[in-house]
Amino acid sequence: MKNTETDRDLFQALSNNLYSSLRQSESMTLQLAAENQDYLRFNQTRIRQITHVEQIRLSMRFQSKGRRVAFSLDLTNDLDADTQTLLSLLDRAREESKVLPEDPFLSPFENHGEHHENHSGTLPPLAELLDAMGFYEARNIDLVGLYAGGSLLRATTNSEGLHQSFSSDSFFLDYSIFTLNIAGENKAVKGLYAGQSWSTPVFHEKMAAGEAQLPVLRSASKRLEPGRYRVFFSPKAVDALIGMFSWGGVSYAAYRQGESALQKLIEGEVRLSPHFRLEEDFGLSLAPRFNSVGEIAPASLPIITDGEVKNLLISSRTAREYGLSGNSADTAEALRSPVMAPGNLASGDILRRLGTGLYLSNLHYLNWSDRLNARFTGMTRYACFWVEDGQVVAPIQDLRFDESLFTLFGSGLEAVTEDAEIIMATDTYNQRSLGGTKVPGILVDGVRFTL
Amino acid sequence: MTPELNPAPYRGESLNQPTLLITPQWPSFEPERALNLIQKEAEWVGLRWVRETTQRRSARNGRPENNGAHFSFGVMIETLIDGHIAYAGTSDLSDQGLLRATQTAALKAKEMATRKAYAASIKERPTSVGRYEGPKGRWLDTEALATLSGHLIECTHRLKVSEAIVTAVAEVSLIESEVWYLTSSGTNLQQRQFMTGQHFGAIAQDSGETQQRSLNGPTARCQQGGLEALDWDQLEAACEGVGEQALALLKADNCPNESLDLILAADQMLLQIHESIGHPLELDRILGDERNYAGWSFIKPSDFGALQYGSPLMNVTFDPTYPGEFASYRFDDGGAPATREFLIKEGLLVRGLGGLESQHRLGLQGVSNFRSSGWNRAPIDRMANINLEPGHSRLGDMIQQVERGILMEANRSWSIDDVRKKFQFGCEIGHLIEQGRITRILKNPNYRGVTVPFWHALAAVGDRSTRNHFGTPYCGKGEPQQMIRVGHASPACLFRNIEVFGGAP
Repeated sequence: MKNTETDRDLFQALSNNLYSSLRQSESMTLQLAAENQDYLRFNQTRIRQITHVEQIRLSMRFQSKGRRVAFSLDLTNDLDADTQTLLSLLDRAREESKVLPEDPFLSPFENHGEHHENHSGTLPPLAELLDAMGFYEARNIDLVGLYAGGSLLRATTNSEGLHQSFSSDSFFLDYSIFTLNIAGENKAVKGLYAGQSWSTPVFHEKMAAGEAQLPVLRSASKRLEPGRYRVFFSPKAVDALIGMFSWGGVSYAAYRQGESALQKLIEGEVRLSPHFRLEEDFGLSLAPRFNSVGEIAPASLPIITDGEVKNLLISSRTAREYGLSGNSADTAEALRSPVMAPGNLASGDILRRLGTGLYLSNLHYLNWSDRLNARFTGMTRYACFWVEDGQVVAPIQDLRFDESLFTLFGSGLEAVTEDAEIIMATDTYNQRSLGGTKVPGILVDGVRFTL
Repeated sequence: MTPELNPAPYRGESLNQPTLLITPQWPSFEPERALNLIQKEAEWVGLRWVRETTQRRSARNGRPENNGAHFSFGVMIETLIDGHIAYAGTSDLSDQGLLRATQTAALKAKEMATRKAYAASIKERPTSVGRYEGPKGRWLDTEALATLSGHLIECTHRLKVSEAIVTAVAEVSLIESEVWYLTSSGTNLQQRQFMTGQHFGAIAQDSGETQQRSLNGPTARCQQGGLEALDWDQLEAACEGVGEQALALLKADNCPNESLDLILAADQMLLQIHESIGHPLELDRILGDERNYAGWSFIKPSDFGALQYGSPLMNVTFDPTYPGEFASYRFDDGGAPATREFLIKEGLLVRGLGGLESQHRLGLQGVSNFRSSGWNRAPIDRMANINLEPGHSRLGDMIQQVERGILMEANRSWSIDDVRKKFQFGCEIGHLIEQGRITRILKNPNYRGVTVPFWHALAAVGDRSTRNHFGTPYCGKGEPQQMIRVGHASPACLFRNIEVFGGAP
């Protein structure tokens, strides 16, 4: 099996070969995204598909005389062959830069120095996962989901001498436990075990916590009419809500270009609750502080405090376009390591404070329905319950909500839990993602359900 | 031998400047030799080699925004041992890299076979030999890069019909894909596709109001073929119309909150078909493979041949043969020949969307849609071209049939539950219909419903004059996740008594 050291060596050698081929007035940034992963997909506690992926993707940003051309490709791990491919692309980039119009918002590549992080870990032998499947199948547990584990490497160099890297050995086991309720409806509870050091006993503990919810999920589900309800959103549900802030929300470019759902908040037309505090905090160590061109973000950056926007995310390109100082956001100006501050609602007090309403564990398929008013829609999913007078009464039939972030984190926000959970990213489009969030649960009054 | 791709030089002689055709010095690779090298490592071995170039060119507000390309190059190796197929994807195409990947897959197949979900066999990898070359049209070596760049910038100028247009974006994607699938049981398939995608959009802002409008919705205008899809005279004129509509929406009334008749244009039907027909009919969802991510389906195996999905006017096909549609092909990624099939006939559900693996697991008929998003992902059941067949109504006739209703165009928002029943969709623009005629435009048009009752409310299906084919490159599904290209052709359709709503007053 290849390791990240091999990928680092290849990257360094390619960087040397490319930068020594540059001409005067040319500059370049190279970024590597490599992974060596097992993806193990299971259904009904049996193995559906296993895929092992060895992948080395290189992105090249070439700049000359105010023009930028960006190419990316899969490397073959053959230094000579990859060098030849990249040199042919360098030639092409030169040709393109001669005929493309000037881009006035380009920032020159700079040497932001060296920054290296390595987070090694202990991954489970796949035989242990198979044994665990056998254990739960013998107990008639219907388990479905994905295990992803292996090494990830991100590295950036540029022609000005910058060199940064972030590597991590980590895994996640993202799963659902399904059951049938008394009426024959499918019900499920979702779990996530993620980290850098696998422990089978810890996995069994997490499974036990999920299984403990099955008896109530098997009782008759309650059908609720559309209307407004008090709601407790678990940390996993809050994680989904916080994701909406990265869909244009906290991006300065999105604000100026008419795509931010937070426009009214940014302009002071509305305020959020003082209980809601959001920051970018790389202390989680789940994502590199450097962005795709090697700029190093502040260790922490307050985004929303005291009900107001303190900072929007500003990339160097946006900074140049609008005459601002950037804060090392990446091109997408999305949160890379969001942390929401905890409050003072004790976990033992959640149901009592909720009183009568909905306890939502997970949300599904969120999308804006009225972006100007930060209103969005989505579904309840998995273990969601109806609570009366502080007691869990029944699971619910899934509901559609349509509500504004200004209500959820503003006028409707009653309390924030004192415990927060770290939720590691489970995205695997094109490659496994780094990153994660740390979020508490929230108690909200008057959430609107529509279908 | 290495298949020939992009034979023309990127510097077109007649143009004497860089054309849109990029020809990097690809690493040499011989798929047939590679299969010979690895095919003894398991009971059965498959090798799918993918080489794909995706260019993205865009401009915003009169300036260049993105100029770049991604070059994908790698293999997915499949090994069958003890009734289980394991996969290993790698871009290390040296002999050592290929053998390492194959041996890794073989080891994992043997290990996982002890707890496999079902017994796989080479029946699910039929022996096929053939080629497919999609329509190429006028290809990239016929146009200078500078010309395209100039057109994109001009389009952003045309979109900006007023200072109130704060964002004007023009974007084009140019894709060339080649897949060569070889197996130790004799399959030898080569398929090439040439594709374009386009997006032209404007965002208007004034007095605290913001509205967006684009040509058919973001990402919908994608198809197979070449640069003939980019008729710049027509596009530049259309961009002015888009800008004008974005501006007009600033002053439009909100969509009302009530139940009324709804006509969906083809550029919203694509989303309606995709979410409420395509996904619930996927056999792997019905089997539960997707329960932890994309979701399950309200469809049960017993529903095929029994469930009246919607109005008798409803005829839906899986059609990989539709000329120029975005996801046309001749074989799926398991080697099964792809043919046009009815999924829903006169409203009755007759067939699901599943490849041979799902068909064998369920004992049901399916289609050839076992597809992967690239060399680093295993194939799963995906939509391809899912089309609503045209009916006999003219658009004018449908409008005349409506006492009070709305015609909605261009998707803006989409959300549906995990079993594909309760949905809520939004469009860029609505046209109020009163007493059989369109009276004015409406902003923030949204509607919601439940899949089967919604399709039963289908009251008229447009004729061929209302039909268009669109698609998206961004259909997400699978664990690990995969983004894949799909196509949807549809006429405009009329639905009765649908709940619609607008934005906040």
